[in-house]
Amino acid sequence: MPEVLTFDAVVVGAGPAGSSAALALARAGRSVVLVERGPFPGAKNVYGGVVYGRVLDDIVPNWWEEVPVERWVVRRSTMMMTGTQSLSVDFRTDAWGSAPYNGMTTLRSHFDAWLAGKATGAGARLVTSTVATGLVRDAGGRVVGVRTDRDGAELHAPVVIACDGVNSFLAKEAGLLPRAEASHHTLGVKEVLDLPHGAINERFGVQDHEGVDMEILGCTRTIPGGGFLYTNADTVSIGVVLSLPQLAASGVRPEELVADLKAHPTIAPLLRGSTLREYAAHLIPEGGYDTMPTLASDGLLVAGDAGAMTLAAGLWLEGVNFAIGSGYAAGKAADRALAAGDCSSRGLASYRSDLEAQFVLADHKRLRKAPSLVLSDRVQQRYPGLLCDLAEGMFTVTNPTPKAGGLRVTRAAAARHGVTLRQLATDTVRGLRIFG
Amino acid sequence: MSTPSPDRRRWDGISFEERMATVDFRVGSRAHIAVDAEVCRSCTTKACVTACPADLFAPTADGGILFNYEECFECGTCYMVCNSEGALTWTYPDGGHGVVFHHG
Repeated sequence: MPEVLTFDAVVVGAGPAGSSAALALARAGRSVVLVERGPFPGAKNVYGGVVYGRVLDDIVPNWWEEVPVERWVVRRSTMMMTGTQSLSVDFRTDAWGSAPYNGMTTLRSHFDAWLAGKATGAGARLVTSTVATGLVRDAGGRVVGVRTDRDGAELHAPVVIACDGVNSFLAKEAGLLPRAEASHHTLGVKEVLDLPHGAINERFGVQDHEGVDMEILGCTRTIPGGGFLYTNADTVSIGVVLSLPQLAASGVRPEELVADLKAHPTIAPLLRGSTLREYAAHLIPEGGYDTMPTLASDGLLVAGDAGAMTLAAGLWLEGVNFAIGSGYAAGKAADRALAAGDCSSRGLASYRSDLEAQFVLADHKRLRKAPSLVLSDRVQQRYPGLLCDLAEGMFTVTNPTPKAGGLRVTRAAAARHGVTLRQLATDTVRGLRIFG
Repeated sequence: MSTPSPDRRRWDGISFEERMATVDFRVGSRAHIAVDAEVCRSCTTKACVTACPADLFAPTADGGILFNYEECFECGTCYMVCNSEGALTWTYPDGGHGVVFHHG
């Protein structure tokens, strides 16, 4: 017989969702084990990355005084580019540069370990280097624990919270997630580049621990996706996010697209002299609200990327905050179910209603149509070039020919990119409906 | 063990081997990827070859697939894009093994 250890709750995955779930349970006085397959929390995790901290306010008061931050994001730049042009909307504010802050760049090996430390500090038991290989069910089919690859040892509990990431084999085993649905996922590839702190400050126009977040459209050739560039303390993170089915069909290597972006005339001067510190890749669940799995079944809750909680809505690219919000809510729901002695899907149903009532599912529901617009052919393939040509048409001085009017320049740019003014108007209205 | 695909190129001044050498892999003794060569031979798209960010899959002259498991990001791209049921079996490496990201 394999060894069996029994707890009030088993949480699988010590990422932001799992550590938040374990923290909520431990604070409620529950015995909880947090199982992590990596040698330390964050070892398997990759993101862009910016963490938006507002979700932490209620969980770790004054979190900014202790969180392992790289830089506080005070500049947010949205860029459209073609091979030879770029057009940016660049926003900067002092408000994001002091407490309580807005977003921060941080590395997952630091941030995830910090949050897991909060859970263990509250009494959760962290077990690393251990894979939860499958669900344990009772005779009635309810989930009552997980098997592990530690000599087949089993961890039993009335409730299991699967925070095992985008590939969640536990949610798949439970029938909550499809086995493989490429169209709901993007691949993120990222290079972390060494660049001295002072060079970053000069090139990106920031001071001290201020940082920049750049999102880029038009840098992924025919593959729907986008690019990103974030400043860390003495490194920068640059990469692309690519629709999986189109990447697979394209014949283009992902690292080639990162090289493209790094060589772009707008980007290359920012990175000059930098060297590769670490290359990384990770999948992102980008299907949005309409592709989310059922989040609770008998004895099982799903949170974070396992529940497709990443908000990839063009203007907003968030994930860690949704993982924390959903994980903490899952932990609280599990505690309520334990108190009521009912960990069936009905007993765990308050998880879903709690998420609907707060930003986690409210944001996803409101932006449910954003992924299809952001990844649409016109937004991906035509608008970056159209808008760059529009800017070039407006700002190129054509003496002695008199200036063309805005409408004429717009019409010419639209025609050049095969877009009618009606389509432009339709997409503008659609965008306003989704984001407005 | 496969050899690197012949069209593997240097992007951005560094070779793919140098790129992968920046990543910490704690290779386990058990292969966590398994490929059914028979199924792969009938596959015309070979999407795994293009999409795998670690370039672990290489087509062979007889139409099959050779793969490495050692330098795997554990992202799941290969099984997600694979369109042949049963061609590719993918699990996590044993606990504590596999990729370790320090700047993820």
